[in-house]
Amino acid sequence: MQAIRRKLKDITNLWSMVKGLKVTGGQFLKPQVTVHYPRQEVANLASFRGPLQLVAKPKDPAKPKCIACLMCVSVCPSGCLTVLKAKPPKPTPEEEAAARAALEAGEKPAKKPAPKEPSRFIYDYSLCSLCGLCAENCPVGSLSYSENIYLTATDAKAFKLDLLADLRARAGAAPPAGEE
Amino acid sequence: MEATLLDPRMFRIVAAAMALAAFVGLNALVLVYLERKIAGHVQRRPGPFEVGPHGLLQPLADALKLIGKQLFRPAGADALLFWMAPVVSFIPVLPLFLPIPFDPDLVAMHVEPGLLLILAFTGINVLALCMAGWGSNNKWSLLGASRAVAQSVAYEIPLLMALLAVTFMHGSLNLSEIVEAQGAWPWQWNAFIQPVAFIVYFTCAVAETNRAPFDLPEAESELTAGFHTEYSGMGFGLFFLAEYANMIVVCAVATALFLGGWQGPFFSGWWWFLAKTYALLMVIIWFRWTYPRVRFDQLLNINWKWLLPLSMVNLMVTALVMKLF
Amino acid sequence: MDSVFHQEPFRGDYYTRRFEPGPDDSTLILNMGPQHPSTHGVLRVVVELEGEYILRAEPVLGYLHRMHEKMGETRSYLQYMPNMGRVDYLHPLAWNHAYVCAVEKLGNIEVPRRAEFIRVITSELNRISSHLLWWGAYLLDLGAFTPIMYAFEERERIQDLLQEPTGSRLTYSFFRPGGVAADLSPEFLQGVREFIPYMRSRLPMYKDLVTDNIILRYRCEEVGELPLDMARRYGASGPVLRASGMAYDVRRAEPYSVYPELEFATPVSQRTDAMGRYKVRLAEIEESLKILEQAVEMIPEGEILVKGAPKPRWKAPAGEVYQAVEGARGKIGVHILSAGSAQPYRIKLRAPGFSNLSLFAELAKGTLLSDAVSILGSLDLVIPEIDR
Repeated sequence: MQAIRRKLKDITNLWSMVKGLKVTGGQFLKPQVTVHYPRQEVANLASFRGPLQLVAKPKDPAKPKCIACLMCVSVCPSGCLTVLKAKPPKPTPEEEAAARAALEAGEKPAKKPAPKEPSRFIYDYSLCSLCGLCAENCPVGSLSYSENIYLTATDAKAFKLDLLADLRARAGAAPPAGEE
Repeated sequence: MEATLLDPRMFRIVAAAMALAAFVGLNALVLVYLERKIAGHVQRRPGPFEVGPHGLLQPLADALKLIGKQLFRPAGADALLFWMAPVVSFIPVLPLFLPIPFDPDLVAMHVEPGLLLILAFTGINVLALCMAGWGSNNKWSLLGASRAVAQSVAYEIPLLMALLAVTFMHGSLNLSEIVEAQGAWPWQWNAFIQPVAFIVYFTCAVAETNRAPFDLPEAESELTAGFHTEYSGMGFGLFFLAEYANMIVVCAVATALFLGGWQGPFFSGWWWFLAKTYALLMVIIWFRWTYPRVRFDQLLNINWKWLLPLSMVNLMVTALVMKLF
Repeated sequence: MDSVFHQEPFRGDYYTRRFEPGPDDSTLILNMGPQHPSTHGVLRVVVELEGEYILRAEPVLGYLHRMHEKMGETRSYLQYMPNMGRVDYLHPLAWNHAYVCAVEKLGNIEVPRRAEFIRVITSELNRISSHLLWWGAYLLDLGAFTPIMYAFEERERIQDLLQEPTGSRLTYSFFRPGGVAADLSPEFLQGVREFIPYMRSRLPMYKDLVTDNIILRYRCEEVGELPLDMARRYGASGPVLRASGMAYDVRRAEPYSVYPELEFATPVSQRTDAMGRYKVRLAEIEESLKILEQAVEMIPEGEILVKGAPKPRWKAPAGEVYQAVEGARGKIGVHILSAGSAQPYRIKLRAPGFSNLSLFAELAKGTLLSDAVSILGSLDLVIPEIDR
């Protein structure tokens, strides 16, 4: 008896197959949801994180806010940032002579302090996990995410980004003397 | 009458075979495109879109890719069986089309027992799958082949019985005669006189051509790719072509036997035949993108416990009715 | 073929050599994975088949081992956050939650109320997206290709929502000890409000297309029956345990965050089979929607990060803490042992998938190969989480 009831139930359940066809048929007639990428773009690219970029000083668009404190380097879990502090500027001949004189006189020569800015800011995008710790912990807010999310290359070296050069390129400034 | 090479009938067969080969190839291209487009639209995406306008040239690109790929045989595979299998699966496809009447005149060969010819040649496909599965030296292929054999053998019986019921009614195995015996309007078609036979036939046809939800021999998520796991390039291409050609054949037979063939309201002709065949093909494609796959033992249960008794009862009732009236 | 490595002592790897065929040589030993469409990544299962029936099955792990636990010992407490997004890529916010809660317990850090609500809203959204992906992938295992595309339509909406505060779409690293990284905008909350009725309107379609389908029901019903005592023996948790009839939900059993203030039920099924697990997960989507509905209205204004939140060089007080959180797959546990330095002395991660997978060997015995695929799918495994 139970077996027969089960068989009858199976027959009535066959209707579910028709219901399934109805669903897919209905979806077939609806418009597509695909965004055809090269011709169209999705609307919310702005909140998607691209590779890091430096934020410029409000006064000088070619100079970063960065004070080379190396906080970002130490907080980065993947070690993808390399920042070199700027060296003190070369003393002029008069200053050099003064320093020599001071040394001879047994005094400590007055050294020029190094400027608080990076001389190199290298960022290896291939290692970065875009976690946001560097940007959050930067004391001067010098790091942000770019919208350049389509960065592609066939060579791993292409992902070693020189962020200072990138900043200058965005500001339209010429590279400093001594670098190409 | 002795057949010689210059016999006009011989000439007709050769010409028909060439035309049919072209027909099969062209249809496979169309079907691949249709399948992918329907799948795309069912899933709310465009399907192939980049090659040619609306992806029209995609099947050609696919075919070129398959032809250009290296033919690869795994170590330890039986070379003879491995390379014969795709050929064996494709060759019977051409004779399958010979007796199919697209039009009263558009028949490659008027074969009196045309249905028998078709049924005989569809059986060869199983042999090919078996060879592919055994010859590949791959455990997944072997499992796929064993499934294919059990499935095809089981489903051929109710398929045959469903067709027998129709041939009982008309007393003929000739497809053209059966088509002519039906009328132009849907209620004169065999599908409405023999609905049980039609449903049984169509279910078995889906299973015979290894299409979802009965695609167990290639069950992607279980057997990786089943019997054609190890095939690449045109080895796979021939299986693929044969699968699509078989689909066309079973749908064409259904059209001829159950849906009135070339006859239709207003304008009879081959376009009705093609339209009906393609409608059935689209239903099969629609099934594939809707249903999950049945399990192996359930597949056989459906056959032995449902389709076989159903088709037998149908056959007996048909015989009884024929005898009485 | 004649190379020495193809001969007996060297043939295969450790597992294939140890996994000896039974006394009867009519059986077939089959490697399912690590490259197999239905093992969801790189799980490998060695099975012994008699025909298509499985006599023995043994999962082999470790193909995706990334030493997350060891990495914890060389990173500061903040630096470990990105790892938490990558342990389980489908429900990363639960791992975020477990870890930050553990660190907060260790450092006695108070969390602003707004931050707690942000955590609940985002991780419930994430739970829905995880269940949706499971739903699609499970049906893919069973041979239905279309449902995953429908599930992704909803999932995309969730990801679009979560992208705005978190900045990523998959491996979120959003929570911080003492709060969260970014505030939710009014547009986000509005988006969630709109998403809830949309998601609800899609559920009947799921039922028509899949849940009621007779083929699916035959593939799930009475397949992989998991009695409660066996589930408890293996330490199963989450939907797998709840489908065996035990209403154990960490959000209720060991309450954390603001979950005690929210009203939601714990779906339980007495079916014990794959269908039970399927139904529990779908019911959980609805419960998560209920949580979202309440949380979006209850969220207060205020700080999102407490004033004394750990800085990058923060040193944790010495001690030992354990925090459990309800993930989409079950009980996620983070155990931190601190020696008082800037890095944890040891971190132990308890992944629910690991216990749930260990069930498989016993569950698959005597079933068909297709059933094994169905069972594996119904356990909802994420291999990176299992291997860690």
